[in-house]
Amino acid sequence: MIFPTPVSDFQPRWYRRRPSTFWFVERRSYQLFVLRELSSVFVAWFVVFLLLLVRAIGAGPAAFAAFVAWSGQPWMLVLNVVALLFVVLHAVTWFALAPDAMVLKARGRRVPRHQIIAAHYAVWAVASVLLAWLVVA
Amino acid sequence: MADSITLEVTRYRPEEESEPRVQAYQVPLRGEWVVLDGLNYIKDQLDGTLSYRWSCRMGICGSCGMTVNGEPTLTCSAFLTDYAPGPIRVEPMRNFPVIRDLVVEVGDFMRKLPTVKPWLIRDEPTPLDLGEFLQTPAQMDEYAQFSMCINCMLCYSACPVYGLDPDFVGPAAIALAQRYNLDSRDQGAQDRRDVLNTAEGVWACTFVGECTTACPKGVDPAGAIQRLKLSTALDSVRSLLWPRGAR
Repeated sequence: MIFPTPVSDFQPRWYRRRPSTFWFVERRSYQLFVLRELSSVFVAWFVVFLLLLVRAIGAGPAAFAAFVAWSGQPWMLVLNVVALLFVVLHAVTWFALAPDAMVLKARGRRVPRHQIIAAHYAVWAVASVLLAWLVVA
Repeated sequence: MADSITLEVTRYRPEEESEPRVQAYQVPLRGEWVVLDGLNYIKDQLDGTLSYRWSCRMGICGSCGMTVNGEPTLTCSAFLTDYAPGPIRVEPMRNFPVIRDLVVEVGDFMRKLPTVKPWLIRDEPTPLDLGEFLQTPAQMDEYAQFSMCINCMLCYSACPVYGLDPDFVGPAAIALAQRYNLDSRDQGAQDRRDVLNTAEGVWACTFVGECTTACPKGVDPAGAIQRLKLSTALDSVRSLLWPRGAR
């Protein structure tokens, strides 16, 4: 905050309310925002999980079997289901906000919000199908 | 319909008390009255010591922003009947120091605003005898929305980032910078980039989006900030790839 140099000895006694540590509890929109920010941790976890999977595959069948057994434990399943829910929240809220940052023009007119969002879902679906095909084939 | 409604107004008199307290007033509940009319009734009829800012009463001057029932609101456009049967909590705008009662210190915004140079910048001054700058309706549409800002600062009041990090340039100032960046007559985007492309500029924003929700004039500061993030990031990549041609 920029404050001016005092021009006199008199300074008014301003009251400053310090933001609470739990400021995000105050409003539903703040809560959703904090959940969206928190979802980044689970996105990072999925990246780590994928790298561990790739390492296990590279290390041979025994390592892969050990990885499958490790990831099949109940606590891992719960963690990954929670992580999946957060990653879906991350993707859905990201797509919903994308039109605010992307202003695209087509034939001199601004592309409507829903079309930009739909394009994101379409790319998501195509990428998922492509990955599924790569894994299965 | 009841014939009166309670306004629970935050009072702060620095010469008498060290922190704010709440004082309740009964005001007539009339269909055409807004919260500001209720405050004016208190000032005129019940308690002349109440302090607050107001001017135009029609959502143009941006003076009467307060927190009504927890929401950043222009009190001249908040009808009492919409809050019936009450009570209505009227507090000063959040995230600003309180000088007295409902009056907040807005100097921080006033000092930040000129740093983004919210005026038309030209590389070379254009001689007056060349006439006016012509602009098509499409060119005006590019920035018209952002020019609706009335500097009411409700977006600062709604922004938790500004509350936690008062060095943040803030939603309205950045939206006004974008208003000129998008103006076909302006050539000052590079000048503004030095202020905007910083940790206290657009990159402080975590896109909570409450500034846009709070804006009484339909300006979209959150959108302006995200667009600027995209364009400044692309500019940075360009200057990395073509160091000589970027500026």
